Amino acid sequence: MNIFNTTLTVLFIALCFGNFAIASDIEEGKKLAFDRKKGNCLACHMIDDGELAGNNGPPLIAMKARFPDKDVLFEQIWDPTKMNPNSFMPPFGKHGVITKNEINKIIEYLYTL
Amino acid sequence: MKSNIQKIMLIVLFFNLTAYASPEEDLEIFRDHFKKRFPNTEFSDYKNGVYSIDSSSREQWESIEDFPPYELNIEQGEELFNTPFKNGNSYASCFENGGIGIRSNYPYFDEEKEQVVTLEQDINECRKKNGEKPLSYYKGGPMADISAYMAYTSRGNIINVEIPNNDKAIDAYEMGRKLYFTKVGQLNFSCADCHVYQTGSKLRADIPSPGIGHPTHFPAYRSSAGRLVTLHERFAGCLNRVRAKPFKAQNAEYRNLEYFMTFMSNGLEINGPGSRK
Ligand code: HEC
Ligand code: HEC
Repeated sequence: MNIFNTTLTVLFIALCFGNFAIASDIEEGKKLAFDRKKGNCLACHMIDDGELAGNNGPPLIAMKARFPDKDVLFEQIWDPTKMNPNSFMPPFGKHGVITKNEINKIIEYLYTL
Repeated sequence: MKSNIQKIMLIVLFFNLTAYASPEEDLEIFRDHFKKRFPNTEFSDYKNGVYSIDSSSREQWESIEDFPPYELNIEQGEELFNTPFKNGNSYASCFENGGIGIRSNYPYFDEEKEQVVTLEQDINECRKKNGEKPLSYYKGGPMADISAYMAYTSRGNIINVEIPNNDKAIDAYEMGRKLYFTKVGQLNFSCADCHVYQTGSKLRADIPSPGIGHPTHFPAYRSSAGRLVTLHERFAGCLNRVRAKPFKAQNAEYRNLEYFMTFMSNGLEINGPGSRK
């Protein structure tokens, strides 16, 4: 019984902690996406409740459904010129505008859209 | 998606067709592009920059132009222009037609120097010839004021940049064109990305103007800066924005760029100085 309780507590804490981490990733991802010095995705994409959105990229909606493979989404943000050599979208990862880690957080956020 | 494919095709067409094309052929492709992109804009209206395609900001701009913020600059420029140098000569002695109504002749290819020459350079050339120190090319001041006055006396004149049949002149034009179409900086944009392919679209609240008619209204008074800004300072502004290292004002890269951009604006009226956000 005691062991069961302890396991349950540990599991519970782990779960909470895990969820907490993801929630903060999402939060941070949103900040990175909106920050003019970081992703500045709003310059070109309509996103969520972002104000003064640009319109030269497609609206970022239904992301999980449209990009079930995270790697594809990652590649588009890391280096869009791979898919479209003349892409208007900056190669955020390749040119060191944002880090791998930051892109992953942005992706967590995009998956909530 | 379709429009993206069209864009790519257009870019490919631009590079391929113009790889061996003459400046005149470039001009035709360039104009055609804007005609298709903005069928409701009269060619002559491109001298008004972004206001030629964005009616919502145009009204506000027109009311600013009713009481132009650059009026004092024109007056100061006129006074500086007419004040004799220590040796008794004046600027008028250095220029064709006493320097009046000649903005539209710039930039030109100087076959002796084998370089593109701008109005600002000739202003300093004139000072040097008369034993005066050159003026700074930065932060507005006397250079921008004189340039604004000289543009003002040229309002209504039509830009007609000629490219002499001289290898060096064609090279200068080609280098300007190449810079215009090359992606640069950490953010990886070319001038053409914003001012040709995405002109008219929104970048947050900014709309990049068409890449035709830019040199007609410089120097321009920018309310955000609270002063006149020369064309080369504006180039630097856009390069900074894409996190590329800007060149020095009046160096060869910018003069060649100005040569290309002004040739692309042939047929438009000088309406400088202008006012902008
Ligand atoms: C300067 C413009 C610009 C910026 C800034 C920008 N994008 Fe894009 N984005 C585009 C364009 C244009 C496309 C269309 C595809 C292409 O040309 O690459 C695109 C495509 C995309 C796509 C594919 C969408 C689809 O429906 O196919 C995703 C995902 C995307 N961008 C995410 C982002 C994220 C995340 C950021 C910020 C970190 C961002 N973009 C910043 C212009 C931009
Ligand atoms: C990321 C987009 C972007 C890039 C790249 C860019 N510009 Fe701009 N540019 C703008 C915006 C936005 C404005 C302000 C709105 C406008 O066009 O008047 C502007 C303004 C200008 C103006 C002033 C227009 C006027 O009527 O007063 C000039 C000249 C200019 N750019 C030239 C260039 C040149 C040359 C390059 C390349 C070296 C370049 N731009 C690259 C977005 C860009």
